[in-house]
Amino acid sequence: MTDYNFAYLDEQTKRMIRRAILKGLAIPGYQVPFASREMPMPYGWGTGGVQVSAATLTPDDTLKVIDQGADDTTNAVSIRKFFEVTAGVATTENTTEASVIQTRHRIPEAELRDDQILVYQVPIPEPLRFLEPRETETRKMHALEEYGLMHVKLYEDISQHGAIATSYAYPVKVEGRYVMDPSPIPKFDNPKLEMSAIQLFGAGREQRIYALPPYTKVESLDFEDYPFEATKADHACDMCGAENSYLDEVIMDDQGSRMFVCSDTDFCAGRQQAGHLGALAAVNAEDAA
Amino acid sequence: MYVAVKGGERAIDNAHAWLAEERRGDTSIAELSIEQIREQLSLAVNRVMAEGSLYDPDLAALAIKQSRGDLIEAIFLIRAYRTTLPRFGSSEPVKTEDMACDRRISATFKDAPGGQVLGPTFDYTHRLLDFKLAAESDPQADAETAKPRREPIPHIMEFLNTEGLIQTEIACEDTPPDLTREPMELPSNRALRLQSLARGDEGFVLGMAYSTQRGYARNHAFVGELRIGAVPVEMEIPELGFAIEIGEMTLTECETVNQFQGSKTEPPQFTRGYGLVFGQSERKAISVALVDRALRWKELGESDSGAAAQDEEFVLSHCDNIQATGFLEHIKLPHYVDFQSELELVRKLRREAAETYPMQEAAE
Amino acid sequence: MTPLLKVQNIAKFYGNRIGCRNVNFDLYPGEVMGIVGESGSGKSTLLNCLAGHLVPDDGAVLFDTRTDGLKDTVTMPEPERRMLGRTDWAFVHQHARDGLRMNISAGGNVGERLMAVGARHYGNIRSDAIDWLGRVEINETRIDDHPTAFSGGMQQRLQIARNLVTGPRLVFMDEPTGGLDVSVQARLLDLLRGLVREMGLSAVIVTHDLAVVRLLADRLMVMKDGHVVETGLTDQVLDDPQHAYTQLLVSSVLQV
Repeated sequence: MTDYNFAYLDEQTKRMIRRAILKGLAIPGYQVPFASREMPMPYGWGTGGVQVSAATLTPDDTLKVIDQGADDTTNAVSIRKFFEVTAGVATTENTTEASVIQTRHRIPEAELRDDQILVYQVPIPEPLRFLEPRETETRKMHALEEYGLMHVKLYEDISQHGAIATSYAYPVKVEGRYVMDPSPIPKFDNPKLEMSAIQLFGAGREQRIYALPPYTKVESLDFEDYPFEATKADHACDMCGAENSYLDEVIMDDQGSRMFVCSDTDFCAGRQQAGHLGALAAVNAEDAA
Repeated sequence: MYVAVKGGERAIDNAHAWLAEERRGDTSIAELSIEQIREQLSLAVNRVMAEGSLYDPDLAALAIKQSRGDLIEAIFLIRAYRTTLPRFGSSEPVKTEDMACDRRISATFKDAPGGQVLGPTFDYTHRLLDFKLAAESDPQADAETAKPRREPIPHIMEFLNTEGLIQTEIACEDTPPDLTREPMELPSNRALRLQSLARGDEGFVLGMAYSTQRGYARNHAFVGELRIGAVPVEMEIPELGFAIEIGEMTLTECETVNQFQGSKTEPPQFTRGYGLVFGQSERKAISVALVDRALRWKELGESDSGAAAQDEEFVLSHCDNIQATGFLEHIKLPHYVDFQSELELVRKLRREAAETYPMQEAAE
Repeated sequence: MTPLLKVQNIAKFYGNRIGCRNVNFDLYPGEVMGIVGESGSGKSTLLNCLAGHLVPDDGAVLFDTRTDGLKDTVTMPEPERRMLGRTDWAFVHQHARDGLRMNISAGGNVGERLMAVGARHYGNIRSDAIDWLGRVEINETRIDDHPTAFSGGMQQRLQIARNLVTGPRLVFMDEPTGGLDVSVQARLLDLLRGLVREMGLSAVIVTHDLAVVRLLADRLMVMKDGHVVETGLTDQVLDDPQHAYTQLLVSSVLQV
């Protein structure tokens, strides 16, 4: 693959993407149109995140790629391999060691630092899309801050279900100005959007980049009497015992019995190594022995 | 017991190996060569070049081989390769009146200077399976050839134009925007629309065009002229200061004559639709012309009938099959984190509902 | 007293055809102006120019804004004009479908304007919606139903509630009783008259129905071929029409 430039994209393209990133950082939450390239992986597989990572990576960086919080889900593996081959950068599964983290659908449990960059893969960047399908109209709504419709949606949820029925890709307002789609992270992760690291969002097919500079104010939309709640399964991790991490529900047998484990695999492994054990960890250890 | 899913990398490698094996198929059958695909599946090659936006029959044939004949996959391979190519510059606009026509027909006139040239068309074949082709050796069919016409073949639409019977297209010297280098901005313009449609999915564009014929923004199209053939491609070389021929490519061009317009102050005039596509792809070229015409409603002062084919944003946002297939198929990627949060929510809502209406639950 | 709306020399052309031309009037707070004329007289074009839906080719539409006093809404930046459109102004369309979100519940329709101007308390929004549904005689049990399940008259009443919930200072109405049966029209008119009196609404109402203006309008403007042919107090114009066209209009109604 030596025929390809560092991190696959040519320098012109990377400069173009960096300009979009800088513009995004200057106007937090604003969707910057960019000339997304056709990548050697399909649209919907993270082409936006990959392009943002490619434009962000330097040879000294250490890259971590997660999908659903896990380092070894197939798509995370595939993207990590892509950058190993095309950029030759160091990769890691350890959140604290990584300088650039590309993610799909999760924010790592470990608190990120100001020398780290979190890159999100975004399928539909437009938070208003399912209320108003037209791009020409939604751009105008953002420009004029006409966000009443967004709350109408939440109102309808409550009147119909008694609660806001959005559980992921939960819309946020950035610095009191732009309403933004945080990508399909579970709403459990929304409070973490206010962080020390730079957050970059890339939507390849929809040709948009947006960003949250460190310490940006990010509020999840809600009503005063129906406040936003970051929810998760009401369990502790059965492997590491963590009570404050986002959990996957795993079906164990044909009878449908379940166990709950951290979706952040690095976080969970780290806790287990440090001696924290969950309810079923002992059983597992015995089985393995 | 629970074991966290590991070994994604090995699974991927194994899947790729299996894929390669499946692609080759039974090894006792001779392998297809790129040349065979290029020469014998040339219409597939043409489609891949057109929708891949890269004129290179050999690469298109390679892509078809690699993709096991899945043309959208082949188009994807070509697109991904195309992105990595450097841009040296842009050609002069090709002059289709200089086309060495293999095929040139008009539905609006019985005959015209340059003549009707049927060319290699399926149009009048009887669609009967030819079992002779199933025989091992395909007998070489020699077709008679005529002398090619030397002088340029005029566009039939120009005969209407000289009479003022058809709207005049206003010439424009602006370099058209490049869809693959600039983000699509809506509302767009005609150059961008034609570009987008030319590389749009043949099936999608065909469906849109068909819908206009069935009354969803009907515009009464006739094929004014359809021509297929090779045109020279010229490019101005900065060092030389003038344009030289750098090669030639086969194109299909379709010009339609559509429903006339007019008002009390302006006499009626026919209107136009246009389609230009790489290779011999006449279904596509005609489809593009019909959709182009439907999308021109605003410029021609027509009313919006609310038809999909009139809706620029709808058509342009959904005609690209690489975007469409990627997004469609990505729903097979893991989404269990999102699904988990939906699970929690539905459980919570059901719990609350059961507390609110316990009698109903009991009654059921 | 400062007029709430000052219309100066408004003109709108469609190519060579006149939409409306040389329209001038002042509207004072608490006043209802009726604009009558047959279809094609330019009254709807005028209304759309006043409400910012169409850009007039000439003239000014000055509105007494809360912060800056009289301000030309034609030249004002779009964000400011759209802000007016969802705060101080309201627009009641002839067809309720054009003014409602048909896939949103009645409560959501009424609540939208409240939320658009920053209401963030679900309970309050809901009780305001219930209050307004009551005021337009829609049973509170219908609050979570979609307008598609409503009759034409109910839809129109819902549209009125949705518009008035934020207490707009100026209401534009385009043939508010236009698409309804006669019996339904009477009820709606009665309701509108009550609301106009109770809230002291300022409004511009376009209609071809003289009964509507007789009941609701303080003053009247008669339009023909894009021009204003007569203006005056409603009773005066209807009882003693001066212009030949107005006379024809009034007598044609009487003949019916």
